Amino acid sequence: MSQMNASVDSALVPDAVAVERTLAGDRDAYRILVERHSRNVYRLAYRMAGNSHDAEEIVQEAFLRAYQKLKQFAGQANFGTWVYRIAANYAIDRLRQRKVEDARREPPSRESEEGAEIDPLAQIKDSAPSPERLAGSSQLALRMQQALKELTPAERTAIVMRHWDGCGIEEIATVLKSSTTAAKNTVFRAVQKLRTALEPFAEGRQSAKAMGME
Amino acid sequence: MTHPKEQELIAYHDSRERQSPDWRDLSVHLNDCAECRAALEKIEAVFAAMDSLPVPDPGENYGQRVWAAISPRLPEKQPRWWANLFAPRRLVAVGALAAIIVAAYVAGRWSKPLPPFESADTAKVRERVLVVAVGNHLNKSEMFLVELSHAQPNSASGKLVNISTEQRRAEDLLEENRLYRQTALQEGDQAMASTLDELERVLLDVANSPEQVTQARFDAMQKKLESRGILFKVRVVQQGLRDRSNPAKQPAQQPQQKNPKTPASPRPNISQTKSKEGNRA
Repeated sequence: MSQMNASVDSALVPDAVAVERTLAGDRDAYRILVERHSRNVYRLAYRMAGNSHDAEEIVQEAFLRAYQKLKQFAGQANFGTWVYRIAANYAIDRLRQRKVEDARREPPSRESEEGAEIDPLAQIKDSAPSPERLAGSSQLALRMQQALKELTPAERTAIVMRHWDGCGIEEIATVLKSSTTAAKNTVFRAVQKLRTALEPFAEGRQSAKAMGME
Repeated sequence: MTHPKEQELIAYHDSRERQSPDWRDLSVHLNDCAECRAALEKIEAVFAAMDSLPVPDPGENYGQRVWAAISPRLPEKQPRWWANLFAPRRLVAVGALAAIIVAAYVAGRWSKPLPPFESADTAKVRERVLVVAVGNHLNKSEMFLVELSHAQPNSASGKLVNISTEQRRAEDLLEENRLYRQTALQEGDQAMASTLDELERVLLDVANSPEQVTQARFDAMQKKLESRGILFKVRVVQQGLRDRSNPAKQPAQQPQQKNPKTPASPRPNISQTKSKEGNRA
């Protein structure tokens, strides 16, 4: 009963008040912010990481970093938006680090003769299952997950923020630490890669549509 | 219109979801061009496929779990230096203090300044209190002396007179008398001090006498009272005190001496006290 009352009370405390109380030394006030925004940050983290384990680590790290930088927040924006951005930044750093580690483990044959980075989408295309295999929605989901993994961290961050969370180009540019034009191009590039990766499935659907099967 | 680039189609899809009105030409073209419409459908299929990706529900208590995981790792935050200063309790105290200061300032601004403290007034008040108190004491003493001097004890045996009641009254008056005599001496009122000194001796005689005295001794005490003229002196001093307490009134006539044989007091009388008072003023 007391827990219920406590949760009701904490629900009435605005973010700005909770931030001020935390800055005043009331560490427990930060619990209100964590409990209020965790699920939203988790959705972003999961879409960025692609698995629950990494997503939970991203969420925890995001709130830890937010706590340490809380003085910089100073009520300049919505706390939820702010911690979301911190999570996105941490996720992109983590993805980049993971890419580097994966690249070290990969055999050198994956590099082209010029040493340039090989487009991962080419790999997807080569190993793509036939349209028949992609007919099921679960297979489509698997294909999409695979395609998302093949995106660069910046592309993945851009498409997640733009499509799923409806973020503005400026906000994406802030997270990517790039210009708005570059951020917009990153979104385009991510969509192109995903479209190419899903093309066999789309063609299958179109064929089925043409044959009156859908 | 030429066929749009893929980026334009992506932007079109993106803006259409945001209901932007800047794509009318492209909309017209898409109505006419099946090829571009197919390209747009491929893009839409991408976003539809993205939407089909589920995000597992972390659970109702996910926020609490996150807090449980991170709270031990959170460093203690040093409160801001002004956080304590503006704490609610302190604000109340500061507010109350400020209100008192403002009230004091306003009261000081709008109230008339008090007249300077005058020691002469204090002396007057003190003297008036003394006059009233001594007057009261002299009244009681006068009554005592009158009763004692006119007493006609009925000693049936003709041997002893019981004066215990007079003794108790004398003892009470004696205590007060000492106090007022000393005060009169401190104030420099010699006439008052002298009369009180004589009264004290009479009171001492009565207080120190045995409870039962012979008729002869009692008669001697009465004669002694008369011979000293103490009752007359007390009345003179009383009159002087009345004049002091009511200076506007005409000084009343001095009481007539009952016993013409009794001489006037050789000590400074009330008129001398008044002249001294005038000198002090």
